[in-house]
This record gives sequence, structure tokens and C-alpha cells, in this order.
Amino acid sequence: MFNRAQTILIPVISVALGLLIGAVVMIVSGYNPIDGYGALLKGSLGETFYIGETIRQITPYIFAGLAVAFAFRTGLFNIGVEGQLLVGWIASVWVGLAFDLPKIIHLPMAIAAGAIAGALWAFIPGILKARLRVHEVIVTIMMNYIALHLVNYLVRYVISDEQNTTDRVPESASLKSPFFEALTEFSTMHYGIFIALAGAIIYFIILEKTSTGFELRSVGFNQNASEYAGMNVNRNIVLSMVISGAFAGLGGAMEGLGTFGYGFIHGAFSGVGFDGIAVALLGGNVAIGVVLAAALFGILKQGALIMPLESGVPTELVEIVIAIIIFFVASSYIIAYLLQRFKKGAQ
Amino acid sequence: MDILSAIEILVKSMLFASAPLIFTALGGVFSERSGVVNIGLEGLMVIGAFAAVVFNITFASALGASTPWVALLVAMGIGGLFSLIHAVASISFRADHVVSGVAINFLALGLGVYLVKAWYGAGQTDKIPEPLYYQKIPLLYDIPVIGPILFNNYVTSYLAIIVAFIAWFVLFKTPFGLRLRSVGEHPLAADTMGINVYKMRYIAVVISGVLGGLGGGVYAQTITQDFSGSTITGQGFIALAAVIFGKWHPIGAMGAALFFGLAQSLAIIGSSFPLLADVPNWILLSAPYVLTILALAGFIGRADAPKAIGTSYIKGKR
Repeated sequence: MFNRAQTILIPVISVALGLLIGAVVMIVSGYNPIDGYGALLKGSLGETFYIGETIRQITPYIFAGLAVAFAFRTGLFNIGVEGQLLVGWIASVWVGLAFDLPKIIHLPMAIAAGAIAGALWAFIPGILKARLRVHEVIVTIMMNYIALHLVNYLVRYVISDEQNTTDRVPESASLKSPFFEALTEFSTMHYGIFIALAGAIIYFIILEKTSTGFELRSVGFNQNASEYAGMNVNRNIVLSMVISGAFAGLGGAMEGLGTFGYGFIHGAFSGVGFDGIAVALLGGNVAIGVVLAAALFGILKQGALIMPLESGVPTELVEIVIAIIIFFVASSYIIAYLLQRFKKGAQ
Repeated sequence: MDILSAIEILVKSMLFASAPLIFTALGGVFSERSGVVNIGLEGLMVIGAFAAVVFNITFASALGASTPWVALLVAMGIGGLFSLIHAVASISFRADHVVSGVAINFLALGLGVYLVKAWYGAGQTDKIPEPLYYQKIPLLYDIPVIGPILFNNYVTSYLAIIVAFIAWFVLFKTPFGLRLRSVGEHPLAADTMGINVYKMRYIAVVISGVLGGLGGGVYAQTITQDFSGSTITGQGFIALAAVIFGKWHPIGAMGAALFFGLAQSLAIIGSSFPLLADVPNWILLSAPYVLTILALAGFIGRADAPKAIGTSYIKGKR
């Protein structure tokens, strides 16, 4: 239905409309939108410290976006990235704390633990979908909450001794980067961004350059045709969910080993997983798009933190803007329709 | 603790915790029966809670004891209006229902907290001056044993159960209900029979907004008594689980919501019961979600969704 220009135009228009409506919200509630957005830009890109923080924020967004996008390409909606991210987070921290190994083994092992935990958590909805045709949306939502309660329990009673946080992971399992910290006036920027970018490249290679990826995409386009062509649809559904969950778990490992360096009790979800849905949609479910959308969301989220101080605008303005962007991307039909009308009118 | 007072605590906290879930789940039943997936129940509760709390704080001095009830009406109205966004996106603009629902959740929380910060200068409102209270039902309260247990609760808890039966009657005993269900099963056939698919779906989604707003308003005015970003944390999703666990049936959804309310209250007060003290509290907290997955997988009866759920109806397309 959409041509090439539209696949680029629609996200751009959606972002523009989102920011525009955000400005209207600021004006209506008595703030100056120029000050507001000015503060947002300054708070995300204005100083090297903020740039470091923004890059740190982009890291989990890339993984969350890749996770949602990967499932989307196989025709699945993984709304459970939030939960997979949490179990990945705690698994990586757990492995980080439980072993005493040289860094060259320990760090990859801890990161892998995150990926595996996320993959296992996504395996359940995958197998239920493949075997029993249970809709993955509901199961993944439910799995989010099970993950939240389970992880909180693990932090409190298993990994720590009735504390609200676990110990810090040792240096041998840490992604922390003294080099980047020094470079960015001691922001929390860590090496995770490179792993995230590598993740995006792997995403591209799996989906576009391997026969497995071809099968996964084929199942996403048309299950019946794929079945007829001799592909094992059920196996591909499970595989897609597992890979998607692994991306999400890696996002959690970045938080657990990099940003924070420990696990803690969550009163509610971090929101990164849900934001991943927006990142994937905005990025058109392709690797480069996801990275760009994650960058935009990282800038918005990080910049929002400084907005109240600089301009008085509450940080939640950014949530509103993101919600509106999602609406417009999701309603791309109507944007495409209007674009067409516009073109016809011009002729 | 003797058995009777244990039962009293359990029943009361079950009714207390489940009333908002029942209202919201009934809203979900309407929306999903018409074929529109409503992941946005959480957001509708958030906006309802926000509207009720802000109204309560603003008008308590003018309206006195009737404030919380008027606040509930306001929450219903705002919830209905808010759900129109979901309706427009998913019915008219053919957006993916799940994506639109996710956006509703973002928008409700963002807008609610944004406005609270803009108006009150803090992320959390004050306590509401006029919350809802327990009320003794005259005559029935005097029944020995069961009277004090069953008839000294929030009026909203009884209302929730009554509304569930009304919803059942509307959906299954009236022509309107038949039409609403038919557009969720086979919109093309319904359209052929002269039913306006879009109109029915709009009505259903707005009903879900009204009931979701009511659920949020009840939750805020009985349980939390203020509004912040952490007022509604997953209750909307529990309500969604109740819709499915109740097999998209109003009475089933009510039963599921009561049961989930019980599970939630057990997680909080369970440690005072000898048998439950040893059960790790995450299991009780996760029970609604685990049970819903099992129900969907067919281990606890078969849960079949309305046939056309999640699909946008495009007139003239076969």
C-alpha cells in the first residue's frame, strides 16, 4: 500500500506532528514551548556530560526496539519486552555476582546469561503460540507482570539478604567505562552502546542475509504460503520469539552490567520495553530505522529530565509526545491517504 | 485469629480490591465483544483516577459529602471522551488495536502526571478531602454472622456486581447486545444485515472508556486516595486478564475480577494466615497472570475470543 517515499515520510511527519502537539500542550498549560524544547535539546546534546547520558539511554532502546521489531517481522507482537528485559537484567547481575573469573570470560558470560534469560522468558509465549495458537499479546503482557514479581522476589530473598538492591557486580563483569566516563565529564556512559550497534548489525544479517531470516520474514508475510513452501511455521514462530527475547534480555544486561551495575526492586516497569514498541514502529522494523528511532527517543527521554529545571515544563511532556507519535505512526493509513489527496489536489 | 474474623477480612478486602477491576473488566468485555482489542484499559483507569481525584480536590468544599459520587460521574465522562482517541485510531484510521492501546496507556499516564505537576507543582496530589467510606446497609446489616461481613462495604462494590448483571442483560438479552456481539464475530455479515459496524464499535469502545474511567475513579477514591504516576500500576492489565479469564462474558469477567481481587488482597494480608504465610508473596501476586495464561492455553476450559477481534473493518472489502 505504501511506496518508498511514504515509508520515510510517515515517520518524519509523525514525529513532527508529535512535537507540534507537544508544543500546543505547553502553550495551553502556560509554558513557553521554545524554552521547553530548547531545554530538551540542551539537556540531551548541549554538553558532553549530557551527550554521554543520552548515549547511555539510547543503548537499551536499541535493544528493546530490535526485540519488538524482530518479532514484528515474523508477524508476532512481542509486547513482553519489558519482562524479558527484567529477567535478562537480573540474570546478568546474578551471573556477575556468583562467579569470580577473569574479565575476558566473565563479562561475555554475564551478557550471555541476560540474553538466555530473555530468550527463555519469550520461549513460553512462543511455544504457546506455536502449539496451542494462544495469542502472544496477552501471554506476553501476563509474562511481564510475572517477571516483575519474580525478579523483585529474587532480588530481595535470593540474591541479596532482604535488601532492596543487590551488591554491585565486580569489575570483571562490568560494562562500565572509565575512559568514556572521563571523556564525558563522568556521565554513566558505558561500553554497551557498541554491543547495541553490533546487535543492530546482527539483526540485519540474520533477517536479510540468512535463509533462516528469509523463512522468518516469509512466515510474517503469509503463514499459509510459507507452510506450502515447506517451511516449518511453528518452529519459526518459536525461533522468532526466542531471538526477540534474547535482544530484550541483552537490553536488560546493558542496564544491569552497565548503567546501574546492580539489580533492584522495581515498583513498576521501567517503560523501556513499552518504548521499544514505539521505537520499532517508528523505525519501520529495519535495523537502521530502529537505531535512528532509538536515538530520537534517547534524546527525548534524556532531555526531558532537564526540562523542569530549565523551563519549568514537567518531564512527562515527552511521554505525551511519544504517545502522539505512536498514534500517528499506527494510523499511517490516514496519513498516506491525506498525502495522496494532497498530491491529487496539487495536480 | 478465629475463622470468622479471618473470613470477614478476606471477603471485605476481596470486595474492596475487586470493585475497580470489575468495572474496568466489564468495559473490556464491551469493547472486545465488538471486535476492538483494548489494551488501553490501564490508561482509561489512569485517566479516570486522575479526573476523580482532581475533581474531588477542587470541588470538595462546594459539594461536601456528595463529592466522590459526582467525581465518579466526571471520571466516567472523561474516560468516555478519552476512549474516543482509541476508537478513532483503531476503527476509523485502521490502526493496529494493540499499538493504539499502548499509545492510550502512554498518553493517559503522561497527560495525568503532566497536568498534576503543572497544576499542583508536585508529582503527587494531596489526599482527597472526601473519599468513599464503608457503609452499612440498613436491615441487611442486622442479619447475624453474614450481615457484618457482606453488608458493611463500599457501595461501589455492590454497584460493580449490579453493573455486571446489567452488562450481561444488555449484551445477551437485548437487540443492541446482539448487534454489538455480531460486529465482533462477523462484521461483514452484520453490515449486510444493515447494522452500522463503525457506529456499534464506537459505542462499545466509549462504553469501555466510561466503565474504565469509573474503575479508575473508584480505585483512586477508595484505595489510594490521591493521584500520582504510581496510582494505577497494572490494575488495568489485571482487568484485561479478567476479561479473558472470564471468557469475554460479563458474569465470567466479574467472577474473575473477584477472584483476582482476592489474590491481590491475599498477597498483602496473606502473611497473617497460618497456611499462606509460607507461600512466597510473588506467587500470590502473579496468580492472576499465571491463571490467565493457563486459561488461554486451554488448561482451564477453553477461552475463545470473538472471531473478528483485533481486525479493522473496511467497508466494501471482502
